[in-house]
Amino acid sequence: MNIKPLHIDIQKDGISLDFSGELTLYNLTQAQNYLKNHTLDTSQKITINLENAHYLDTAFALFLTDVQQKYNADLCCLNKIFLHTLKLVNEHKKRLDKKDDIHKKSIFEYVGKAFYENYISFISFIGFLGKIFTSFLLYFKNIKNIRIKEIVFEMNESAVRAFGIVALTSFLIGLVTAYQAAYQLRLYGGNIFIVDMMGISVFRELAPLITAIVIAGRSGSAYTAQIGAMKITQEIDAMRTMGFDPYTFLVLPRIIALIIMLPILIFVSDMMAMLGAIIVADLSLDLTPSLFIDRLNEVVAIKHFYVGLVKGPFFAFLIASIGIYRGLMVKDDTQSIGFNTTKSVVESLFAVIVCDAIFSIAFTNLGI
Amino acid sequence: MEVIKVKNIRTVFGNKVVHDGLSLHVNEGEIYGLLGPSGCGKTTLLREMVMLQEFDAGSIEILGKKIENINEMDAQKLRRKWGVLFQFGALFSSLTLAENIALALKEYSTLSDKMIEEIVAFKLDLVGLQPSDAYLYPSEISGGMRKKAGIARALAMDPKLLFLDEPTSGLDPISAREFNELILQLRSMLGLTMVIVTHDLHSIYHTLDRMAVIDNKKIAYEGSLAEVTSVKNDFIQTFFSGD
Repeated sequence: MNIKPLHIDIQKDGISLDFSGELTLYNLTQAQNYLKNHTLDTSQKITINLENAHYLDTAFALFLTDVQQKYNADLCCLNKIFLHTLKLVNEHKKRLDKKDDIHKKSIFEYVGKAFYENYISFISFIGFLGKIFTSFLLYFKNIKNIRIKEIVFEMNESAVRAFGIVALTSFLIGLVTAYQAAYQLRLYGGNIFIVDMMGISVFRELAPLITAIVIAGRSGSAYTAQIGAMKITQEIDAMRTMGFDPYTFLVLPRIIALIIMLPILIFVSDMMAMLGAIIVADLSLDLTPSLFIDRLNEVVAIKHFYVGLVKGPFFAFLIASIGIYRGLMVKDDTQSIGFNTTKSVVESLFAVIVCDAIFSIAFTNLGI
Repeated sequence: MEVIKVKNIRTVFGNKVVHDGLSLHVNEGEIYGLLGPSGCGKTTLLREMVMLQEFDAGSIEILGKKIENINEMDAQKLRRKWGVLFQFGALFSSLTLAENIALALKEYSTLSDKMIEEIVAFKLDLVGLQPSDAYLYPSEISGGMRKKAGIARALAMDPKLLFLDEPTSGLDPISAREFNELILQLRSMLGLTMVIVTHDLHSIYHTLDRMAVIDNKKIAYEGSLAEVTSVKNDFIQTFFSGD
């Protein structure tokens, strides 16, 4: 059985709010509702009576101080513990009331803030690129500075180990694209054009993009997580105080390694995607591999192959620098690693695609 | 001789003022403590001293070099003259303890591998680690050992100045006491000057020669332990009166 926490006793000389039983946050709402449903004659004297209560928690005490203020009520209470709780609540409420002017944010403020934050992070990325540039200059000033060991280690970690996945993805993409195209081409009897189509699209666009996407997801995110974790454990601070510039030790080896390796990965991707196309051409279009290769030699100019490779170092620079930049942006909490890793992949994919679009326009206008 | 001179430092984060006209000095051979309530900017001040963070106004002079407008060459020279122990050791997680300690020696000296090995063994012994610990990775050792290894790494280049950020935090009382003993021993053996950020009363009573209490953006007290309790400051009264 629940005892009613509040009973309103109306007498001639005033109104008494009789609280009884255990006054806790469990029956707080009950008391609040009870009070709301009864209109009190404010001209009369109102007293809060706690004589019959035997327990008071801070939540209920907050409610009581509210009531006391609202009705300017007197307090009838002899229990020292209750008085102490009420005093404590009152003191903190006074402090809270002072800070009460937190205004609601308008949509303009949100938009403005978001815009400003993005603007600041863009500016700081430009700063980061500048720092990379000066580090490059310092790096190559003295041949001894070049850390071959780290570069080779990174080449293995972030590219050689990715050969398998790049090869498999490219092979499947080549297979699937050729298979879809084969169905359409057979309708027109244009079987042989599979070679033109696959040659140009794979060499120019597909292979560089697939490689960049796989590497951004695999190695770019790894850069962010590695460097972010090093930041949290203060390893980067430790390096700085020992006079090891993190840019020479961590940033440049990764960027250089990826710049060297991405064209090689694109080459692997080219070969595997074409292998997929050759298999489909042989099986579903009755085009023998030797015929396929002969035709490839005739119709697909070598420039298409080079155009794809040239994109590699640019994509590599974008992926590595964004990955590392995001790693360096990690704050002192673990949440921030996840956030920045996501951002690093999304931003580097976006940057790669924008870069690809710029190349596409530039090469077309140059007639390449 | 004054090893560190800090004059009128002002540090602002966004619109929060952390230090406002803060000055102190550290003499040679001292164990100097930076104390204060959390969030008062002790660690920030330490980071400013070791050039990890910039300050907005004032000047810091370390071993006779003003660091606010130092060039990169002098900064590199200065960095080899000090060691820093971070709160959680900050050992390089991809290297073994021996490689961690040897790193600076390999990069900055032309010592032979054998010599470096010997130096590493000596430094390990100096901080009370076993020779067999040398081949462990930072993830394989306890927090206390990590701090000892951190000190060994900081001492690799035989610096005269050592910065320690909460060296005993996270250690059990016995290890913490051992660590304090180690600090005193190292000081008497190597004649080091140390700057320590700490909350640990045992460290404060047993290791510090002088201290600065930072409170409310300024130095509330600078001097020896004996006179600190006479200062009228809420933090100092609460911190030192409880026993």
